[in-house]
Amino acid sequence: MLGTHYKLERKSIRLALGIIVVASIGGLVEIAPLFTVHGTVEAAPDMRTYTPLELAGRNIYIREGCYACHSQMIRTLQDEVERYGPYSLAAESQYDHPMLWGSKRTGPDLARVGGKYSDHWQVAHLTNPRDVVPVSVMPAYAWLNRNKLRTDDLGKHLAAQRTVGVPYTDAMIANAEKDAIGQASPDGNDADGVRERYGDATNIRTFDGNPEVVTEMDALVAYLQILGKLTDAAHKPHTGMEAR
Amino acid sequence: MVSELTGGERRLAVMISALVAACGLLMAWGGYGDPLSIHGLIVLLAGLAALYAVLGGYFAPEPDEKRLAFYYDTPIKAGIVLAMIWGVFGMTVGDWVAWLLAYPEMTFDAAWSSFGRLRPVHTTGVIFGFGGNALIATSFHVMQRTSRARMPDQLSPWFVLLGYNLFCVLAVSGYFMGVTQSKEYAEPEWYADIWLVIVWVAYFVLYLRTLARRKEPHIYVANWYYMAFILVVAMLHIVNNLAVPISWGSAKSYSLFSGVQDAMTQWWYGHNAVAFYLTAGFLGMLYYYLPKRAERPIYSYRMSIIGFWGITFFYMWAGSHHLHYTALPQWVQTLGMTFSLMLLIPSWIAAANALLTLNGAWDRVRDDATLRFMMLAAVFYGLSTFEGSFMAIRPVNALSHYTDWTVAHVHAGVLGWDALITFGAFYALVPWLWKQERMYSPKLVEVHFWLALAGTLIYVFAMWNSGIIQGLMWRTYTESGTLAYSFTDSMIAMHPYYIARAIGGLVFLSGTLVGAYNIWMTIRQAGATRDAPERELPLPAPAPASLQPAE
Repeated sequence: MLGTHYKLERKSIRLALGIIVVASIGGLVEIAPLFTVHGTVEAAPDMRTYTPLELAGRNIYIREGCYACHSQMIRTLQDEVERYGPYSLAAESQYDHPMLWGSKRTGPDLARVGGKYSDHWQVAHLTNPRDVVPVSVMPAYAWLNRNKLRTDDLGKHLAAQRTVGVPYTDAMIANAEKDAIGQASPDGNDADGVRERYGDATNIRTFDGNPEVVTEMDALVAYLQILGKLTDAAHKPHTGMEAR
Repeated sequence: MVSELTGGERRLAVMISALVAACGLLMAWGGYGDPLSIHGLIVLLAGLAALYAVLGGYFAPEPDEKRLAFYYDTPIKAGIVLAMIWGVFGMTVGDWVAWLLAYPEMTFDAAWSSFGRLRPVHTTGVIFGFGGNALIATSFHVMQRTSRARMPDQLSPWFVLLGYNLFCVLAVSGYFMGVTQSKEYAEPEWYADIWLVIVWVAYFVLYLRTLARRKEPHIYVANWYYMAFILVVAMLHIVNNLAVPISWGSAKSYSLFSGVQDAMTQWWYGHNAVAFYLTAGFLGMLYYYLPKRAERPIYSYRMSIIGFWGITFFYMWAGSHHLHYTALPQWVQTLGMTFSLMLLIPSWIAAANALLTLNGAWDRVRDDATLRFMMLAAVFYGLSTFEGSFMAIRPVNALSHYTDWTVAHVHAGVLGWDALITFGAFYALVPWLWKQERMYSPKLVEVHFWLALAGTLIYVFAMWNSGIIQGLMWRTYTESGTLAYSFTDSMIAMHPYYIARAIGGLVFLSGTLVGAYNIWMTIRQAGATRDAPERELPLPAPAPASLQPAE
């Protein structure tokens, strides 16, 4: 072996190729099958996509680095299931480009936070966390209430999402901006379109309590309120179709 | 620096600078109303500054042919200074965010100052700013010395170094504005990623061209590690950053992968960024500077080979241990855990090879703080690889994952291993490069050593305690079978440890400041005695005996 290596280390290109080959094997064996093995991602026929407003909220979640302190992945451990709800399935994040499973819980897991608190609580908490949770170390995001949400490019966002594999329809892309405003304006004319395209169960509310303008707070709360609610798959008894 | 470039290189430098400026203009114009335009302006300014510098020295006399008999060290010097600047910046931000977790009110009601945006500023600042510049600078030094050859040209090292720093500036300024892909340690957006690929290709080509000029038949083991660092980081970076921008005029993109595939790709990247950035690259440093400073040959050629190929092969399987008990199929988790355990063997072989090299030189370790930095780095490397393999065991991970234990583990590695080996290498390198007999103050090197060690220990012990307490509180049941503690209970328990951690970080940071001052004063001292050209040593003819393997 030493003799072979004694020759190998005299040729820089051969050494480089050797490194590439040896380093490629692990990734190929572990990652490639995840795209091909049936059952890696469970079937979830009722799964819906994020609405444009929720997607915008998700982008705010990413922009502010919420993932650094909050996971969205409930592990298959009893205490986690009791604390946070049914363990997360792969299907639940199948439209998440990128995934936000997280790696650290400085704050609690958020995979099933949707519907757990009222909009009012979420807004108060984001505006100043210590008003509702005195020992919280979360930053205050009061300025989300002041920032008007940018909606003019949401069609492009949905189109890019479709390119990477999320099943948005032409109608969804064409109406993205209207739907974003409509979802936060229950009394307006655009709310019905949101219901029609994304389902009757979609939350259509003035999330931040201010009907005048659609803010970044509206979007972020809309996103938080849908977490864990895109499909019921995790709440159903499993019938051996899952991969685990 | 421009006076060291040949006429042809100056013309090329003008063209590259102009091209960079033009790209910046295009980004600023195309991305109007988007953070992309601000990044365009930064790129434009960088291009113009480079253009100004090159044109300012354009008509200076060309360097004479005698230069070819010497190593080319100016970019290495620049790299060391840049690394120290990034180090102070990144560690300051790190300590600041550590205090934020104890006292969260200090955010001025401004978006840029919140923990979520500052945290990647810290991680990128120290990993890519400090660590990356240190790796580039030392690799330029090691590849020339171990090949006994000058770099093939004067322009490409500058392109690599400055281009890389432009990437770091784009990354960090982006986080302040909220530009991020959210992939940990791969946060920069698509255009910064593309730029890094260009810089990285130039880096690898430069490495190969220097090796091609070597007067030494064998490629020394430090170079294997640097090459693995460059090659595998390129592979990881390209695959993990595949994304579709929403338009050419926007900074925002969406990852090509989603859900479970994205998670696996991300942690294949994330863990191997640790492996090939924070381990392989720094092992390259260790394998050159430790034997040089100790004036002892590497203990075992055989152990070098086994360690190197073992690390290169096993590490790439280990990423899935970040995803135990998640929605990742269990067979992948099991593979990740198995290989993580096997990984301990080559890791400890590499660490042992370094420590055994010190046999016969332990009196130097006692007397020489610089060598002691390197020794301690090897010890921390051994300890944190053991801890890493331990934490990859599924039931252990059930407790440790999502807690501060992970943070303790990472910092035992980056403070105890990466930063200490870097400081050791710099304290050896700075007097060599600036032609001084020793650092400005050997006493301050000693002070830095103890501050760094104390800071690391305080930090790591605080986070071990808080991590394990957290993990236990989350899983404790009452006698009636309900969870004993709410999440907020665990947060109250963390508070004293968060303060202790911030103090540990502050101690480590003050050591870095001492180091930066010492390096700066050494450079100034060298400036005062610059007119002594006879101290410039030409390329040596005989093989550097201390680097030959013992067998």
